[in-house]
Amino acid sequence: MVATQEYKVIGTRPIRHDGLDKVTGRAIYGADVKLPGMLYGAVLRSPHAHARIKSIDTSAAEAMAGVIAVMTAKDMPEAGDELVDLGEGAINFSHASDHIMAMNKAKFKGHPVAAVAAISTNVAREAVAAIKVDWEVLKSVVTVDEAMAPDAPAIVDGWVGDDLGEKSPLPNVGSHFRHEFGDIEKGFADSTTIIEHRYDLAMVHQGYIEPHNGTAIWDQDDRVRVWTSTQGSFTVRTQLAGVLQLDESRIKVIPTEIGGGFGGKIPIYVEPLAAILSKKSGGKPVRILMDRADVFEASGPTPGGWVSLKLGVNDDGKIIAGDADIRFDAGGFPGSPVGAAAMCMFSCYDIPNTRIDGWDIIVNKPKTAAYRAPGSTHVAYAIESIVDEICEKLNLDPVQFRLDNASKEGTRRGDGPIFPRIGNIETVEAARDSAHWNSPLDKNPGNGKVRGRGIASGYWFNVGLKSSVNLSVNTDGTVMLIEGSTDIGGSRTSIAMQAAEVLGISAEDVIPTVVDTDSVGYTDVTGGSRTTYATGFAAYKAAQSLIEELTTRASTIWDIPEDEVGFEDGKFSSKTDPELSMTFKELAGKLNETGGPVSSTGAVDLENAGGGFAVHICDLEIDPETGKTDVIRYTAVQDVGKAIHPSYVEGQMQGGSVQGIGWALNEEYFMNDDGQMANSSYLDYRMPTTLDLPEIETVLVEVPNPLHPFGVRGVGEPPIVPPVAAVANAIHDALGIRLRQAPMNPGRILEALKENNG
Amino acid sequence: MHPFDFVAATSVADVNSVLAQHGNRARPLVGGTDLLVQLRGGRFELDAVVDIKSVPEANVLELNGSLKMGSAVPLAEFYENQGVRNAYPGLIDCAELVGGIQIQSRASMAGNLCNATPSGDTICPMIVHSAQVHITSAKGDRTVAVEDFCTGPGRTVLEDGEWVLDITFPAPASGFGAAYERFIPRNEMDIAVVGVASSVTLDGSGKIADARVALAAVGPTPVFIRDITALLVGKEPTEENFVAAGKIAHDAVSPITDMRGTIEQRRHLSGVLTRRTLTKAAERAKAG
Repeated sequence: MVATQEYKVIGTRPIRHDGLDKVTGRAIYGADVKLPGMLYGAVLRSPHAHARIKSIDTSAAEAMAGVIAVMTAKDMPEAGDELVDLGEGAINFSHASDHIMAMNKAKFKGHPVAAVAAISTNVAREAVAAIKVDWEVLKSVVTVDEAMAPDAPAIVDGWVGDDLGEKSPLPNVGSHFRHEFGDIEKGFADSTTIIEHRYDLAMVHQGYIEPHNGTAIWDQDDRVRVWTSTQGSFTVRTQLAGVLQLDESRIKVIPTEIGGGFGGKIPIYVEPLAAILSKKSGGKPVRILMDRADVFEASGPTPGGWVSLKLGVNDDGKIIAGDADIRFDAGGFPGSPVGAAAMCMFSCYDIPNTRIDGWDIIVNKPKTAAYRAPGSTHVAYAIESIVDEICEKLNLDPVQFRLDNASKEGTRRGDGPIFPRIGNIETVEAARDSAHWNSPLDKNPGNGKVRGRGIASGYWFNVGLKSSVNLSVNTDGTVMLIEGSTDIGGSRTSIAMQAAEVLGISAEDVIPTVVDTDSVGYTDVTGGSRTTYATGFAAYKAAQSLIEELTTRASTIWDIPEDEVGFEDGKFSSKTDPELSMTFKELAGKLNETGGPVSSTGAVDLENAGGGFAVHICDLEIDPETGKTDVIRYTAVQDVGKAIHPSYVEGQMQGGSVQGIGWALNEEYFMNDDGQMANSSYLDYRMPTTLDLPEIETVLVEVPNPLHPFGVRGVGEPPIVPPVAAVANAIHDALGIRLRQAPMNPGRILEALKENNG
Repeated sequence: MHPFDFVAATSVADVNSVLAQHGNRARPLVGGTDLLVQLRGGRFELDAVVDIKSVPEANVLELNGSLKMGSAVPLAEFYENQGVRNAYPGLIDCAELVGGIQIQSRASMAGNLCNATPSGDTICPMIVHSAQVHITSAKGDRTVAVEDFCTGPGRTVLEDGEWVLDITFPAPASGFGAAYERFIPRNEMDIAVVGVASSVTLDGSGKIADARVALAAVGPTPVFIRDITALLVGKEPTEENFVAAGKIAHDAVSPITDMRGTIEQRRHLSGVLTRRTLTKAAERAKAG
């Protein structure tokens, strides 16, 4: 199904407004910030995964020439124990404060324990090395199973987790919840085929290129200015206010360009340290940059853990029962995306009887953050693998099986909500009809290698939330668009295009600028695939009011009643006198003589967003002698609602697919026996490079979202959901083995082949 | 990072004098692709770094029957030399694998050797080419076979004050062929899980007159397996014999399990890649 509405700007592919600065290296990123008199910060991080701080001696560092300020957790204000929603995940400020700088003990390797501001990075690093910490090293636990053992060491002192409304007796349970609908026992009793397996996944990182950074000035009036690369300048402000115990109005966050985030640049890490060091330095600016190892060890990856799933199917080939147990490692503090995983667990299927148990487990690893459709990839690995196995066992076509069992408008999602109009069926149909699915695959190409094809579905719910946009008209007929959404994927352009569509001008004539938190109304994070949807909606509303204001102005100029002025195709005209007509540009040129400037504001707070579905098809080639696996063809099919800028939508689908392929094949936090990540560099983290990937083909399905004026759905997250399962199913097709542990790297393939061959 | 003196040497004597003065607190620098990363990472501290890229003797690349390669010759200059390409395809295999273009334009084979990681891609190919390392210092010169150069991870036979000036490869005998293959899960920009270099010399009757096999990333140093030489000399270059050589490699190596691979996987790959590289080396030997 394709959107049929005719548009002039929407659906075209203009050059992005920020493109030239980015390709010529002029764009200012966090590490480019350099202020007069700036000091350079360095952070002392725990070398242990779990250790109590008996004492810290900073005297040698303080005495060092060139050192201006030294801080420890004692310099952090005492933060309240309240829970605050950040749009994509909530935050407990006392945990956040303890996370940013460890008060009594380090809960993961890389946990900050002290920081220094000095006249150069080199001096700051030497000073950090001179700080002496007396550690009591504790036993560390890095997997959910270890951490759930009754005799496991308690990681967060005094924490008591909620277990189905009761206090958990286990020390490291962040929470345990359950969603149950229908009659699960009867569902399995009525099933004629039941398959149950456990799927394990390693912790993985978003892998953005730009490390975290922060530059801050805390001046003598207790006003704090922070420059940082973030997905949400207002959420940085909220977090800083909580952690620094200041009113939000005293904090101004100036977002720089952002070199990738994927959910990982929502939390704050070094920003408050820079602010406190600035205060201790008498208001000098302080900049702190993470390096790559810091990013791996001490930012917010997505959890490892496991999903145990049991599906029951009746003789009609209908899934009638599903029972899932999802356990995620949250990292050193509670708060993994297990709730989101539960929302996605059964979402591609219409299953009458379901139960989902979710466990959030504290472990001695970095505190997890959002990563592109957080939790959904994990559950898709389980359910899409079992669906493939059911189809194999019952000799059913995997596409037809998905259509026969598809969720649709009116289906109840596994966590309760009823689906509105969704594009699941249309997406599966588009995959069925795609060139890729209908092409033959030579499974034995004759070079000693074997090939296989896999298919998998995925879902992400998307969010709406709050956005603000200001528009003002220039006398040359262009329009300034001021927004608070930091741009991580071309959103400046996709938002400007929505304003341009309403205003009847070109995308290039709307000039978007992302501004600081003092300069525009509150705007939630660029995350949850909400920005083109919600900030685009705000731009739409602002543009509508601009047209209203300009209509009034035209009526004044022509001296006719307002209701006689019409606006169509970028032209204001009198409904009665055909002589009276002005383009947007012509009217803009007359504003200064007819009452002065015209500007408008649009603000939204959207409760719902309308979810997105994806179906991916993967062909791969394996050397059975080495386990080496190459993806040789890959197609991503997705319901995108309405593609405002199709190139950026395709880019999101390709990027998400690639991250998912990396997750499937080689990426992992490889933990050694001391609870430390052994591969905290890009050399050994093994993300795919361009040489490891084919062109990712895309098929855009457009089932307009009824909640948005142009039918937009979030598109950034669904594409990372199916790849792990699609790769697993393709490996099965090639080799006849089912791998239930990611990454499905060459070593694991060799092991499974050996097991299979006895 | 600890501050150090940077000395841009222009003669062998310059280098010798700095190294003699600082002992193990000084190191020569070519590409810096390992050294600078290690210094920044705090692996060790130095008081002096001596850049040898402007030392003429360290920049020779003389193909005159045998091949003399100065220790500062970057990989890219090596593999772009047509004479070298024709004479030593087994060395080109590895020179083109290390890092990307940027790394290859700075890093040298001698640097790779002195870094002495067990996974170094160019060390095993040098071993199977019977290369000799010319070591110099203020005290004099000596020569060491590449297979005897590395003594442990990051450790070599170099004494304080010594450095590598050049490496010499004997002229390829008639009927000589060599090949290098490494296994990495990706297609580029990766460290060998296992690397295997093989060379085969065929006599006039097509039998194996000499064979040398060395393996990377399966022990504390690159591993030269003399038992394979003993097995293959006098035999036909058949699949069966190369499988048997692979079995020896499989059993002889002493790999560890780490983030890059497991013991089992590495033993298995040692066998597979030994067979594959011997096969390729024999094909090249036959092609002359």
